[in-house]
Amino acid sequence: MADQQMVMYEEEFRQIAAICERLTREANAKAVLLVDKNGQYITSNGETGDLDTTSLASLAAGTNAATNGLAKLIGEKDFPNNFLEGEKYNLHFSIVAQRAILVVMFDQRSSLGLVRLRVKRASEELANIFGAMLQKAQSQAQGAPFGEITDDDIDNLFSE
Amino acid sequence: MSFINYSSREINCKIVYYGPGLCGKTTNLQYIYNKTNPEAKGKMISLATETERTLFFDFLPLSLGEIRGFKTRFHLYTVPGQVFYDASRKLILKGVDGVVFVADSQIERMEANLESMENLRTNLAEQGYDLDKIPFVIQYNKRDLPNAAGVDELKRLLNPRAVPDFEASATVGNGVFDTLKAIAKLVLTELKKGG
Repeated sequence: MADQQMVMYEEEFRQIAAICERLTREANAKAVLLVDKNGQYITSNGETGDLDTTSLASLAAGTNAATNGLAKLIGEKDFPNNFLEGEKYNLHFSIVAQRAILVVMFDQRSSLGLVRLRVKRASEELANIFGAMLQKAQSQAQGAPFGEITDDDIDNLFSE
Repeated sequence: MSFINYSSREINCKIVYYGPGLCGKTTNLQYIYNKTNPEAKGKMISLATETERTLFFDFLPLSLGEIRGFKTRFHLYTVPGQVFYDASRKLILKGVDGVVFVADSQIERMEANLESMENLRTNLAEQGYDLDKIPFVIQYNKRDLPNAAGVDELKRLLNPRAVPDFEASATVGNGVFDTLKAIAKLVLTELKKGG
């Protein structure tokens, strides 16, 4: 089946942001990003001022999708953790609760071992929040917050 | 699927431009990119071969404005049209909210159009979507070419369900924004229904 729509509420967002903040600190990361598997940016922490986080989210999702496609070709379920090594910066990707991708960007101030260790704990905590979030979304009224909008609201978006 | 963020008051939707190789999917996005105000768009990303054929996807983030205090953002993607990139096309359809099928109006591309339409239906079904139930519009592109087939013929072959359809010449922009507005409206209307 197609994935269920993701709805992020204030409370869960704060919890997620706090975990990303702690991960940035504990992993000595330059930045941490959380993105939806479909390429939607969720949140980030660290030195993200110069980063195009929207593009990064989309490309991270593309990379993850392609990597999982490769996994299936060779009979693996997926590759839940991936590491890209550069001259100055490295990227570590890990899948959270089959719904999101946790991206850690780090340099020589950290190491792959430390990042993996810290990511493991953060992923488990994030997975619990995502589980709660999905349950909450299922129990909320369908269509919120768009249930109340009118056709005129939609038309107004396109009025020149 | 769309992503609603109450914390940042944003709603994000994914639209995929599908169609046979060289039908003008990337050209549609390039035109939208060139004609959109800088504050309403992000960077356009094209993962293409050295000969500028789409290898994986093009990506263009757009902001359309606010509805009831929620910023509406649309992420536009294209798929690689060439037949042998089917594995990549399937990946890009994941989480889609609406599809634009860009048909190549040239008579000699009719078979490629039909094949791509069938491929779209199959690949959507693999992701758990039914082409007849998701927001969907068709664009007949390259209307400016002398060898373009008649619109009636294109409609008969490609649009038996009579979904919203548009004539276009994407290189000069005709029909490009009409197509985008139509799919965006359908996606928002679907959200309103609680899709």
